[in-house]
Amino acid sequence: MVFKRYVEVGRVVLVNYGPDAGKLATIIDIVDQNKCLIDGPSTGVARQVIPYGRIALTDLTVKISRNARQKSLTAAWTEADVLAKWESSSWAKKLAAKKKRASLNDFDRFKVMVARKQKSSIIAKKMKEIAA
Amino acid sequence: MAPQLKVIGNVGPKKATGAVATGKYYPADDIKTPLKSRKAKKNAPKVRSSITPGTVLILLAGRFRGKRVVALKVLESGLVLVSGPYKVNGVPLRRVSPAYVIATSTKVDVSSVDVSSFTDAYFARAKSSEEEEFFAGDAPKPAIVSDERKADQKKVDAALLKAVESVPMLKAYLGAKFSLRNNDKPHKMIF
Repeated sequence: MVFKRYVEVGRVVLVNYGPDAGKLATIIDIVDQNKCLIDGPSTGVARQVIPYGRIALTDLTVKISRNARQKSLTAAWTEADVLAKWESSSWAKKLAAKKKRASLNDFDRFKVMVARKQKSSIIAKKMKEIAA
Repeated sequence: MAPQLKVIGNVGPKKATGAVATGKYYPADDIKTPLKSRKAKKNAPKVRSSITPGTVLILLAGRFRGKRVVALKVLESGLVLVSGPYKVNGVPLRRVSPAYVIATSTKVDVSSVDVSSFTDAYFARAKSSEEEEFFAGDAPKPAIVSDERKADQKKVDAALLKAVESVPMLKAYLGAKFSLRNNDKPHKMIF
């Protein structure tokens, strides 16, 4: 099994747990086998040591040197256009859809139900046409 | 002679005017305070802040359980006056207990609906003598809806229906019943 995403300086990570859950950050430095130093000035994550169990590695990296200053980090993020690339990834889209579904109120859920029925009736009609 | 000695210059702490004076000087007669009344005080009915005129409610118990209904007014007894509208889901002008209701966040504009004439007295049951009822037997009596109720229902629903139809899909929403489906987690659902 080959690994594709490595824990390295510059790897963009998604924080899974804790007060910053759901935010992106970058690995600035590696402390030891269990924890690393992350920072996310563009997303509001304070510079902190965090165990690997609380973060998820993404496909994105930024070109920074070890222990880069927040200013150079922000510059590297805008250069690599991390936020836009992240938002266009299917991972981020799935997270957003999950969040939207959880925030629907009863009326919204009714509208979704009606829309799904309309969609399936259009598909069923087309299938009937094709089958005939 | 004045009840208090005239003091020349600043002597001692300043006394509040009108209050019973502390210290050596106090009025000769007792000041009468009225005894605490033991009558139960009636306050304005307190109902959840989520239930306001125009809120869509989901009825959880009773004859119309599962129906989505528009709240019109909070009555003096604390019950909520509600209407289907009748044409949409068959729920008439009715009182409903706020404890058996889920208040959704959907609101209808009911400012044009006049419900000022409805009070708890309007819904009070007509008194029939005990003997009559006892001799009548257990057969279910057919519900007789008075013409007054029908007329009031029509009046209220005319204005209410206009408000409901102005919002897309709201009429169909009110006509549909609420139920829990598989994978629904009511403690996590936002209403």
